[in-house]
Amino acid sequence: MIALLKRDLALAVRAGGGFGLGVAFFLILCALVPFGVGPETSALRPIAPGILWVGALLSCLLSLDRIFALDHEDGSLDLLATAPIPLEGAVAVKALAHWVTTGLPLIAAAPLFGILLHLPGQAVPWLIASLLIGTPALSMLGAFGAAITVGLRRGGLLLSLLVLPLYIPTLIFGTEIVRRGMEQGSTATPLLFLAGITAGVLALVPFAAAAALRVNLR
Amino acid sequence: MSLLAVHDLAVSRGGLRTVEGVSFTLRGGEALILRGPNGIGKTTLLRTVAGLQPPTEGGVEMAEDAVAYAAHADGLKAALTVTENLRFWSAVFGGGPVGPALAAMDLAALADRPAAALSAGQKRRLGLARLMVTGRPLWVLDEPTVSLDADSVARFASVVRAHLAGGGAALMATHIDLGLDEARVLDLTPYRARPGRAVRPAGFNEAFA
Repeated sequence: MIALLKRDLALAVRAGGGFGLGVAFFLILCALVPFGVGPETSALRPIAPGILWVGALLSCLLSLDRIFALDHEDGSLDLLATAPIPLEGAVAVKALAHWVTTGLPLIAAAPLFGILLHLPGQAVPWLIASLLIGTPALSMLGAFGAAITVGLRRGGLLLSLLVLPLYIPTLIFGTEIVRRGMEQGSTATPLLFLAGITAGVLALVPFAAAAALRVNLR
Repeated sequence: MSLLAVHDLAVSRGGLRTVEGVSFTLRGGEALILRGPNGIGKTTLLRTVAGLQPPTEGGVEMAEDAVAYAAHADGLKAALTVTENLRFWSAVFGGGPVGPALAAMDLAALADRPAAALSAGQKRRLGLARLMVTGRPLWVLDEPTVSLDADSVARFASVVRAHLAGGGAALMATHIDLGLDEARVLDLTPYRARPGRAVRPAGFNEAFA
């Protein structure tokens, strides 16, 4: 399983791996919003948590179809299915690799992009915390969507439509954490909800994704 | 002790039965070559044996984790080198060292080349070298000699022979003569599914048929 993680990380950072695509998209979004709504703090500050979270979510969505599609095309997925690694484990590892190559860079870049949106300093730790807790769920749910659409040509549209509704709870609670952090309110409730969603997703979704893969490999 | 026992197997592709009533056993040291016209279900049968799809009827019996499967796609990553590709599969299958496999398929000189820079035949050789590092006893091969030249076919035949001598077994679908005289041949033509017996997939609903 460690070998699979290492290979996926190596593939992501080599030429053509698409590493950095998510962060670039995130930067474009956060840089364009002030032009669209105006540079005043009074206009940007209330929407900053929402924009940052929506941006992170959409950036995550961009690279989802690569999780299984490339392995399916070159036959690696068939071989992984016959390997001694349980398919559930392979799914979890591939979701982890997606998170390391997409989620982590987003988290690292988010405080910087927050400045563009006039996010106040006291909200930045909450932004990082909410993304750290929330983005693993995005990667895992994405792996599920990718597993369902793996055999389809141009499955990206269907993948987005399937996955977006599943992302909404994470988005609501993630944004709420940052908003309350910005207003220095109590963040405990949305934080616990978000952690609960992520824990549930990480525990259950690998089994669903592996089942979907088995059906699609037939 | 047989490595693989297939009894009364029927397989279907896209809800249509292709072959039915196929039975054979494979012991260590034996090779079986499947023949038959295009579309008769050789690939489907091999995928069923490899556990990638369930049989429509009958059963496949073998030890857990015995199969190494090689199909039309070689499972190579273009961005990784030949050695890295092989080392990855060796680590995943908990198999042997990559050096002898590279030497056996004449890939040692290409070891540090990215897989993207290999020719079709060289890729195929790397895909077959992967079988050796899996350490699995039963090789299930779907058209293993596609895009190989005559020398490579002979080299591959000797690799298979060495695998059989080591107690392994091979089940393969191929149209060309590998020069494996000891291999048995099973022609699937007599097992072609008779028309008229519709297959009802699991969850078939008459109301929406």
